[in-house]
Amino acid sequence: MRKQAWLALASVFGLAAFPGIYAYADKKSAAQTRQFFRQIPNDQKIDQALNRLTFGPRPGDAAQVRALGFKKWIDLELHPERIPQNPMLAEKLKTLDTLTMSSEQLVRNYPTPQMVKQMASGQMPFPSDPERRMMIQKMVAKAERKQGDTDPAANAPDMKKLNEIFTPQQLRTLRTGTPQQRLAVFQSLTKDQQEDAIEAMPPPLRQNLMQVAPAEMRRRLELTAGPQQVVARDLMEAKLLRAIYSSRQLEEVLDDFWFNHFNIFLDKGADRYLVTEYEHAVIRPRVLGKFRDLLEATAKSPAMLFYLDNWQSVGVEAPPVRGGGNRPRRGLNENYGRELLELHTLGVDGGYTQKDVTEVARCFTGWTIDQPQRGGTFLFNPRLHDKGEKTVLGVKIPAGGGIEDGEKVLAIVARHPATAHFISKKLAMRFVADEPPPSLVDRMAQTYLKSDGDVRAVLKTIFDSKEFWSVGAYRSKMKSPLEMVASAVRAVNGDVDYAFALVNQVAQLGQPLYRKQEPTGYSNSGQEWLNSAGLLARMNFALQLADNRVPGVKVDSAKPAKPGDPAGMGLGSPEFQKH
Amino acid sequence: MQQNRHIFLRNSALAMVGVGTAPLWLERALYAADAPSPRKKILVAIFQRGAADGLNIVVPHGEKAYYAMRPTIAVPRPTAGSADAAIDLDGFFGLHPSLAPLKPIYEQQHLAIVDAAGSPDPTRSHFDAQDYMESGTPGRKATNDGWMNRALPKDQGKVSPVRAVALGPVLPRAMRGSRPAIALQSIGGFQVRNAVAAKQFEQMYAETKDPVLAATGRETFEAVSMLQSIQRQPYVPANGTKYPRGRFGDSLQQIAQLIKSDVGVEMAFADVGGWDHHVNEMGPRASEGQLATLLRDYGQALSAFWTDMGDRMQDVVVATMSEFGRTAHENGNRGTDHGHANCMFVMGGAVKGGKVYGKWPGLEKEQLYEERDLALTTDFRDVLGELVSHHMGNPTLNGVFPGYNPKFLGLV
Repeated sequence: MRKQAWLALASVFGLAAFPGIYAYADKKSAAQTRQFFRQIPNDQKIDQALNRLTFGPRPGDAAQVRALGFKKWIDLELHPERIPQNPMLAEKLKTLDTLTMSSEQLVRNYPTPQMVKQMASGQMPFPSDPERRMMIQKMVAKAERKQGDTDPAANAPDMKKLNEIFTPQQLRTLRTGTPQQRLAVFQSLTKDQQEDAIEAMPPPLRQNLMQVAPAEMRRRLELTAGPQQVVARDLMEAKLLRAIYSSRQLEEVLDDFWFNHFNIFLDKGADRYLVTEYEHAVIRPRVLGKFRDLLEATAKSPAMLFYLDNWQSVGVEAPPVRGGGNRPRRGLNENYGRELLELHTLGVDGGYTQKDVTEVARCFTGWTIDQPQRGGTFLFNPRLHDKGEKTVLGVKIPAGGGIEDGEKVLAIVARHPATAHFISKKLAMRFVADEPPPSLVDRMAQTYLKSDGDVRAVLKTIFDSKEFWSVGAYRSKMKSPLEMVASAVRAVNGDVDYAFALVNQVAQLGQPLYRKQEPTGYSNSGQEWLNSAGLLARMNFALQLADNRVPGVKVDSAKPAKPGDPAGMGLGSPEFQKH
Repeated sequence: MQQNRHIFLRNSALAMVGVGTAPLWLERALYAADAPSPRKKILVAIFQRGAADGLNIVVPHGEKAYYAMRPTIAVPRPTAGSADAAIDLDGFFGLHPSLAPLKPIYEQQHLAIVDAAGSPDPTRSHFDAQDYMESGTPGRKATNDGWMNRALPKDQGKVSPVRAVALGPVLPRAMRGSRPAIALQSIGGFQVRNAVAAKQFEQMYAETKDPVLAATGRETFEAVSMLQSIQRQPYVPANGTKYPRGRFGDSLQQIAQLIKSDVGVEMAFADVGGWDHHVNEMGPRASEGQLATLLRDYGQALSAFWTDMGDRMQDVVVATMSEFGRTAHENGNRGTDHGHANCMFVMGGAVKGGKVYGKWPGLEKEQLYEERDLALTTDFRDVLGELVSHHMGNPTLNGVFPGYNPKFLGLV
């Protein structure tokens, strides 16, 4: 049964493997199109549904879907609020307390070294939580002590200090002992000593301790090592934990999809503190709603306004900044205007011009952030808005407008046929095939236009289509690194206590989470991930995972196919790289 | 006769590798047999992703309009002894002060600059423009392989499995195509860390019915066995060279190591991101701020590569590119928006450097492209085409840049 599918794939890819031979392009696409109208047998349908709507099947998932019937199961996945959440997930997310904090709380509780300085000098309030306050005060004291140091090499271990805290025997254990032995040495210290030790030790040792420490101690290790890094770590670890454990799998897949569509680079300045709330409050609640709502929420999010610079874009006639002294006059910045049209809505071939980009940018002048460095909130500042007349995609936006100018733009682009097509094609690339059949994309676009951009309805069109259940779609896509790592852990029922090592694996495979610098996000085409570096990283990860050598993850069911074979061959096999 | 035997051996060994039965010794013997054969010419392509601001990298300090359009972010005219002014090249152009390490190479006439160069396609989309530059076919989206893959000289007998190498976790568009090309994150890490598993994986990938995975698997394992020999020795750059820390310096150091190990590299690719400076491109001084920091690292890395490679630069040409330039005017936030033409660097032992090539279009309003950007006078394919043809010795340029006839500038 599978053989058929492989043969079909072979014929599709056989031609794709010889690029540059354009003469075959027509023949190739005709052959490809046929594959999308050949149905897969029923027993493969469950596999197909699980592969595409989840981060990979766990043992037992197929039986569950079979019992429920895959149509009912899909309907349930489309209504995540009806699925009780896995209690294990809540348990594992419990210590990652930054996830539900507002940006403003994050800034206060997890400050950068500069902010600590500002707190010390009274320019910024201390955290409200007493324990945090104490921690920050300690950091201030330490920073003051350090000021005399000539070479504050950030990550160099402080051997003098370590020699004071530990006996030579203990130091030897820290160097050469097992992780458990190291932890025992560390736990024998008082709390104060522990904190000094964390500061003084080299980062690899710190990371090593974190991998075995109980959750509460791990938290302290992380905080002492650098509070501002905790925010990023929590985000990334949560992404893995949710992908692996959430019982609302389609919601997770879509959260990843939409975050990537409206991509933001975590390391761009203030976005370090803005992305948590962005994912939690902007993306996640809207993954199955109206596209227009999602679009507007991103447009008004401090995270996006900061990332694409719109918060600083100012109408040319706007008055100079008050108290700005000699600061140059600010003006238009077209970064957001362009990416809104190219990447978020119409698509690069969506029929807009450079003039449209500039006009859109004018409409969004004044959409800014109140106190971006303090966590910030959306603010429309009429003084910075260009009040002149604009024309966007042929539609006149009369002079004298305010915030509604930008909102009108969002309405125009959200219901534009090019957007319907662009969003549909991107969804079809994620759920159906790297090169989805145009017939399906057209039907999806129709649904989009008829339903006023209802994402759930568009997805239903996919799942009700012949193309989704076809030989052309089945196991045709290469998994992304996140999909590969999450699906491997799910396949062997791994128990993840600490997801940081998995986060690093995903980066190693080529997809550092929240760190795609370009607004394009990662490619939805599986082809992107097919190369030698990626393949080797996948094989090595498979072996490590099955052999229980990924720190923080326990695996017991990865029995080799043949006795004596290395465990993990299945997870590193060519078949497992596709879904 | 000798040559034929090699071809036969290589082909039959590869066939055996294909089904997972080639003894390792045979493979090694094959590659070792004529490893130190006449040195191949090597092309290293550097991609600055994000659209670098060419006008602040190669500064037209002799152009009044430049200073008029950039009241707060222009690089000042060259001033003797100033570290915050342009470094004069020819009385009209100057290098950004952070690129000081490249000046000696320019003076020794091994670094050439091509200005007002780039892709003729009008797009200002990062994604499309990078795609066009890497496919080598501006305006044509259907091309599914890259110019570097097509530019590999015709195989003559055995070819090295690492003849085309890109540094990084993914294979860039420029290198994709029907000829083997590998992506590599680090030379040391390029292996399966369990010998038994490695053998079995090799066989699994050889047997899979998915032809694309099978081909990638084969390329990968061939390259792994090729690199085994150089993985164990730590690499010490020559002439006391110190590469700057960070991904780009690292990439160039590993390219140097690969080239000097004579494993058969002919094409190498590295990229460096972070050039999309819409806001605060320059700090309070020209030597400070985002662009200056990035350029410092960039210049140091290129200069380290030059020093480390030493005489081997006779065989090597490095060419840099970025998807498009940035607006001639600064924008409202001391940054620049997406523009058109840019500059390219070409560095190598055989390069006729010490000169800024290309026709300067001027920066007066009527001289600008769409009244806002530096106009284009040299197609990037003119530069790359000449390197592929005259340096790499691949005369079939219509296969590399279909539908385009490169006009050579006389760079090599």
